[in-house]
Amino acid sequence: MSARRPFTACLAQTSPRLGDVAHNLEQHREAIERARSEEAQLIVFPELALTGYRLRDLTFEVALGRRSAVVDELAALSKGIDVLTGFVEESDDHRFYNVAAYFSAGRLLHVHRKVYLPTYGLFEEGRFFAEGTRFDAFETGFGRVGVLVCEDVWHLSAAYAYFLQDVDWLYVISSGPGRGLPEAGKEPSSGKAWNSVLVACASFFQVGVIFVNRVGWEDGVKFWGGSKYVDPSGEVRSEAGQVEAELVYAELDARDLRLSRIHTPLRRDERPSILAQLIARLTDEGSLL
Amino acid sequence: MKFLSLNRALATDFLVDFVRAEVRKFGFEKVVLGLSGGIDSALSAAFAVRALGASQVLAYALPHAASAPSSLEDARAVASALGIELQVIDITAAVEALRASLACDDARGLGNIKARVRMICLYERSRSERALVLGTSNKTELLLGYGTQHADMASGLNPLGDLYKTQVFALAEHVGLPRVVIDKAPSADLWVGQRDEDELGFSYSDVDRLLVRMIDRRESDEDLVDDGFALDFVESIRSKVRNAQYKRQAPIIAKVGLRTIGIDFLYQRDWGR
Repeated sequence: MSARRPFTACLAQTSPRLGDVAHNLEQHREAIERARSEEAQLIVFPELALTGYRLRDLTFEVALGRRSAVVDELAALSKGIDVLTGFVEESDDHRFYNVAAYFSAGRLLHVHRKVYLPTYGLFEEGRFFAEGTRFDAFETGFGRVGVLVCEDVWHLSAAYAYFLQDVDWLYVISSGPGRGLPEAGKEPSSGKAWNSVLVACASFFQVGVIFVNRVGWEDGVKFWGGSKYVDPSGEVRSEAGQVEAELVYAELDARDLRLSRIHTPLRRDERPSILAQLIARLTDEGSLL
Repeated sequence: MKFLSLNRALATDFLVDFVRAEVRKFGFEKVVLGLSGGIDSALSAAFAVRALGASQVLAYALPHAASAPSSLEDARAVASALGIELQVIDITAAVEALRASLACDDARGLGNIKARVRMICLYERSRSERALVLGTSNKTELLLGYGTQHADMASGLNPLGDLYKTQVFALAEHVGLPRVVIDKAPSADLWVGQRDEDELGFSYSDVDRLLVRMIDRRESDEDLVDDGFALDFVESIRSKVRNAQYKRQAPIIAKVGLRTIGIDFLYQRDWGR
């Protein structure tokens, strides 16, 4: 196996302006330029980085088709640096998806449509967005990648789906609000839970996990940042703060994947067929929703 | 303090960032607020000073002839501790003119007039100084409806609105407000000798312990009574919260068209910000 070289990823923890795609696109241009000057080979932006999060009726006003000028510009910006970012995609049949789009070498390489749309408490995504239906891994110049958007990662089956597809890296983009400020701990309760989930994903599936969460406020809701890289052994390697917009850099090294899988060969020993048989049986019995 | 304790340093960082972000998003650099000499306005002012700098915080004492002299002294102590200038606008003439025009001799009615005259002063300064009005209502007051609509409840942004009074005390200690405002009995000072806890009929500490479980933890009356809260206390607080719901909302609008403000014209306030 040819040894892949380590690569540098820029975690672009931005604070998008709600409903202002032109402003947020300018944020993208500036961050990409800076990341490029720091010799990063990949830059990852938060969920809905081009639009802001609590869109409600703005969903229909900020949506982009795959052949729009903004998408073309993002593709053009991806020459010499891969770009992963989030926006609202309008399909040809006028469904609106919360997507993560991966651009590389001047073209749109992959789109993940968010599958799990939180619609409870302060979240209203199911009212405005259509659900994605797939978790498809794809090849990049730095290895095999799975992309998740925020709530997706809270359904363990989503990361497991990528585990079965032998991904090297899991990129999770998010607009996660801070909820609860317990006395103990260095982040909101929701942030603490997030960190456990990210470390668990890296550890269970022996992948490097990039998490990019936005900062800033929308109508009193604070997005808690805390973007980080968790290596395949579950160690947090790079971490951003919880308040400021900032660019944080992480070095991702495929040798870490090899070592973790020699130490504990979880994928080699995994028996997905047992789960497949269970799912088939429950489906036959009509008890699987 | 179970369920009420919070990470004071992190809460302070977040609320300071909130004031800075929300003021600047709307193209402002300054805030205006009334400093009553009480703990709530002192804490709001402290957040604003950290967020924007002392020179950007325009504080007003708005005394009436019948206000306790100690309120103004305490407001001066707060302003001095925070390094902000305090301007005094006497509201007696305006209040007395309205009292005469309206033939109002009701203590509560007069209290509302005072509170609304203060709002008018702050909103005029908001216009003349290009400064957003900073709110000072805490979560306990907002839930109980213990405030005057279009008066002390009016503001452009409110960093205290999700803090119970008990948490306001904790953060006041954390940011080092003067002892005198932390130790004195809370009062709206709308009539002589008024004290919040006498008027409400319970202590902030008791009601906060109840509210955090009733509201934040969604506990049932049965669970609350099992854990030692008196049933009539639980029922009266639940009813106060329900009865004050109107105070926390914009006026309702009857739906006639296809898209109606407040119903299905769904945009955040921070639209485009």
